[in-house]
Amino acid sequence: MTKFDRRDFIRLTSRATLAGAVLGFPHIALAAGPKVVIVGGGVGGCTAAKYLRKLDPSLQVTLIEPKATYSSCFLSNEVISGDRTLQSITFDYEGLRRHGVTVVMDRVSAIEPDKKLVVTEGGEQFPYDACVVSPGVGFKWEAIEGYDEEVSIDIPHAWFAGSQTETLRHQVASMPQGGKVVIVAPPNPYKCPPGPYERASQIAMYCKHHNPTAKILILDPKDRFSKQGLFQQGWAKLYGYGTHNSMIEWVGAAQGGIVEGLDAATRTLQTEFEEFQADVINIIPPQKAGKVAFASDLTDGDWCPVDKKTFQSKRHKDVYVLGDASSASKMPKSAYAANSQAKVAAAAIVARFNDLKPGDPTFVNTCYSILGEDYGISVAAVYSLDEANNAILPIKGAGGLSPMDASAEQRKREVSYAHSWFENLIDDMMM
Amino acid sequence: MKNNDTMTKKVRTLVLALLALAPATALAEPTGQALSFTCAGCHGTDGSSVGPSSPSIAAMDPDVFIDAMQAYKRDERNSTIMNRIAKAYSDKQIKGMAWFFAKQPLHLHAQRHDAELAQLGAKLHVEHCEKCHNNGGKPGDAGTLAGQWMPYLSNSMEDFIKGRRPYPRKMKRTVDAAIAAEGDRAIPALVHYYASQHGPSLQEKNND
Repeated sequence: MTKFDRRDFIRLTSRATLAGAVLGFPHIALAAGPKVVIVGGGVGGCTAAKYLRKLDPSLQVTLIEPKATYSSCFLSNEVISGDRTLQSITFDYEGLRRHGVTVVMDRVSAIEPDKKLVVTEGGEQFPYDACVVSPGVGFKWEAIEGYDEEVSIDIPHAWFAGSQTETLRHQVASMPQGGKVVIVAPPNPYKCPPGPYERASQIAMYCKHHNPTAKILILDPKDRFSKQGLFQQGWAKLYGYGTHNSMIEWVGAAQGGIVEGLDAATRTLQTEFEEFQADVINIIPPQKAGKVAFASDLTDGDWCPVDKKTFQSKRHKDVYVLGDASSASKMPKSAYAANSQAKVAAAAIVARFNDLKPGDPTFVNTCYSILGEDYGISVAAVYSLDEANNAILPIKGAGGLSPMDASAEQRKREVSYAHSWFENLIDDMMM
Repeated sequence: MKNNDTMTKKVRTLVLALLALAPATALAEPTGQALSFTCAGCHGTDGSSVGPSSPSIAAMDPDVFIDAMQAYKRDERNSTIMNRIAKAYSDKQIKGMAWFFAKQPLHLHAQRHDAELAQLGAKLHVEHCEKCHNNGGKPGDAGTLAGQWMPYLSNSMEDFIKGRRPYPRKMKRTVDAAIAAEGDRAIPALVHYYASQHGPSLQEKNND
């Protein structure tokens, strides 16, 4: 009765597969599948590893990361206030191993796209069919005179969670009564746009109880910042912002917030107009893609250009750059963004190994900030791809900030949902 | 025979026509799976939340999912963030996510709860709630209560009672009856009862 010939059959099945965009279509061969090497064990790298294995269990996935454990930057400001411990945001890589990912403790020195090899400082070489690079940000140490990696041991940036987070915590806690903290915010673009302002809030939350006459000054090279209205409203409510007795003060670029130099010995910052001496200084330096991205010829300017449908590098085929290091505007450089991008890249890589076209991508960013006890705010956006312009655009009429007029009950709920966001993001990337 | 030939030809034309349309339609937007993957950062991998407050949406009845998203989209249901997120999705996309999550197994986790309150809640549940929330409130066409995260359950009840969320009349009657019987303890008792519920997969954290 049916008269489909073999050619029709092949056409039908392949087109049907294509039409259904069935990702995770398993390889028919039982032999080990293609090799994917992942550089960097942060949100982007871990999520990619887990989802590659989830979508296609035949893939041989190796993740290379120099540190034995991961400490999340999200919720690390809560360590500075003493609200949680560094241990509570630190996790090992056993969860990924349970998903069949080979986790190698080593530092990648460079990716050699011509040879399709990842080379490590430990002297090993890892051949790949696809390479995922998620190195995060690096610092422009030359930007602020007198501030470098060595000085940062004592005058921390604390922009990677770890020992510097605890240093800053300790310095804030040991400050004399009525002491002064200065946070030097970075210029755009940088990792975690609301981070410096949440940090000021968390330090104020601590000081309100333990050092009520302390002051926190933010020196900012920008004229505006993320969630600004909500932060300033929250600071007014919680910390007297806008009064002469405010615990937090913000100085934007136009008011002289651009820091040019540091005298570490006297803990004095030099701006264009004046000097600021402080008990505790936290400098968050200007940022660029992580070191390995430059060593591997993946950058154009400060960041790594990618095809936003797949996150494949625009500079080298079969290399995918995710997260903070990628040039993914208009997505912010955030953990949730990296998690979202990693799933798009994982699906695109699996599609490619199965000779399928990548599906249309979809992205979400959600980011919470905790301004004080029972006081949380958020920003959310859903993004789609404008393929013609290689741009990721927020879907109009959706997303945005917590409302300015939200009730105390709603602000309290946002704190509990912030904790859920933390737990689920960690779980989704590495458990 | 001739009829069969005609039929085959017709089917074939139809199939080819559909296939010709396929790339334009099927690939014109993200799949339900791709859309659903973006929810994991708050609702857990494949919709099983590890807590402590955002609800699990795995194994959710697809109509309950669709109703919830549509209510958020129209600002008919109180939320902190979901009303902002839901507005980004078309009806078709919401349907795609609904069916994705409906097919996912629900992994539950132990929650700290007051055993005495939970016992009272169990009694109240049988008397007032079981008729719609069958099997102790396991996933069904009246939503998922069993094993759901406690802060979410409390927030939901508060929103119903304070008129921030459409309150089905039948539900209002039964909740009022439970409150009339046990006073201020009624809602916490129910919340503690549902939190005490968990399936056999408890603590087997398996996100595969």
